[in-house]
Amino acid sequence: MSTPSQTVGPYLALGLPWADGPTVVEEGTPGAVWIRGVVYDGAGTPVPDGLIETWQADAHGRFDHPDDPRGAQPGFRGFGRCPTTDDGEYGILTVVPGALPGEAPHINVSVFARGLLHRVVTRIYFPENTAANAADPVLAAVPAERRDTLVARKSEDGYTFDVRLQGEGETVFFDV
Amino acid sequence: MTALSESGLILPRYRRDPEGTHPPLDSPGYKSTGLRHPKQPLVLLPHKLTEITGPLLGPGRLGELDNDLTKQHPEEPQGQRIIVHGRLLDGDGRPVPNSLVEIWQANAGGRYKHVWDNWPCPVDPHFDGVGRTITDNEGRYEFTTIKPGAYPWKNHDNAWRPAHIHFSVFGTAFTQRLVTQMYFPDDPLFSQDPIFNSVPDEKARNRMISRFDLSRTVPEWALAFEFDIVLRGREASVFENEEDE
Ligand SMILES: [Fe+3]
Repeated sequence: MSTPSQTVGPYLALGLPWADGPTVVEEGTPGAVWIRGVVYDGAGTPVPDGLIETWQADAHGRFDHPDDPRGAQPGFRGFGRCPTTDDGEYGILTVVPGALPGEAPHINVSVFARGLLHRVVTRIYFPENTAANAADPVLAAVPAERRDTLVARKSEDGYTFDVRLQGEGETVFFDV
Repeated sequence: MTALSESGLILPRYRRDPEGTHPPLDSPGYKSTGLRHPKQPLVLLPHKLTEITGPLLGPGRLGELDNDLTKQHPEEPQGQRIIVHGRLLDGDGRPVPNSLVEIWQANAGGRYKHVWDNWPCPVDPHFDGVGRTITDNEGRYEFTTIKPGAYPWKNHDNAWRPAHIHFSVFGTAFTQRLVTQMYFPDDPLFSQDPIFNSVPDEKARNRMISRFDLSRTVPEWALAFEFDIVLRGREASVFENEEDE
């Protein structure tokens, strides 16, 4: 019987951020990109007391994890964590993951905030992978008119991925 | 890609929690949910490689005094010294070893050391209210801290949060990530707290209440509370191509 989830509350910034949380890879790593975005509430107001966490495979689509049945590939943390600023912004420095068996390259995202009694989970896909995205079973299960909320946009130093918790253009969230 | 599926990529799946275990995202009693809960239905996410793996965050994340919140400053904080301990378990009762546990809390008077918290209760210069530890081989963790105070929060008329400690745990899979709050036994503030009461199932709700643990009190030193955290358990393994059907 699982322990229930509760909100991180407004003071999550005390306990959760790490100095190196936003850098899944070190600055200067070949292929490193910034994924940046803003978290918005249902009134279109930026959320200043949220936290984004990311989990992903490495550039070859591998995980440093014993439950990867293909065998763990040591060395890639795969995890990023960034609190939102007063303007609702976050940024994660990482590499674009490789494809996974039967899935297009993607990053899993958890969003925590005051007012969220349970994390909400979404996925970041990449706009250049047109064919792989079209064949991705998770994207296929999402209503066609909402799929673009899961696809990042190219930006100057990587990608932009905004999160809209509610309302117009609401991000697709998953039941994990 | 195909070769891997055809050779039988065996992935565990994690049981979904029964209805009522977790709070609905739309919980009107807790006003901040109003503009922050998604209105569209959640889309079911199958458990594939990204979901059954997760960050394994080891001892590298810890500072020396991270598990003793009473020793992080030259002087001790004000308040009732307590030991908070328990186990991190999965839904089948198996311990989750070597796993990061993070906590944060208010001081003995109920005030957080945070710029936004400015209700008229003194900040304790000797208390940060932040701790981290790693579970041992049997999934056990332990913190020494002080009992946090209740605090007012303006959600409704004369609203007070029951005393609580915020907990963050990872388990071993993305599906198991959990942030919760640990409460203390017999708190008279439970009845008016919409966050505690947002959990529909009473038994589930009560799993967030720690147990006074006389056996772990330290004479002339500290009271003790026990709080086990249970994460989702696994289903029997399935072939990925069966799951897809
Ligand atoms: Fe709190």
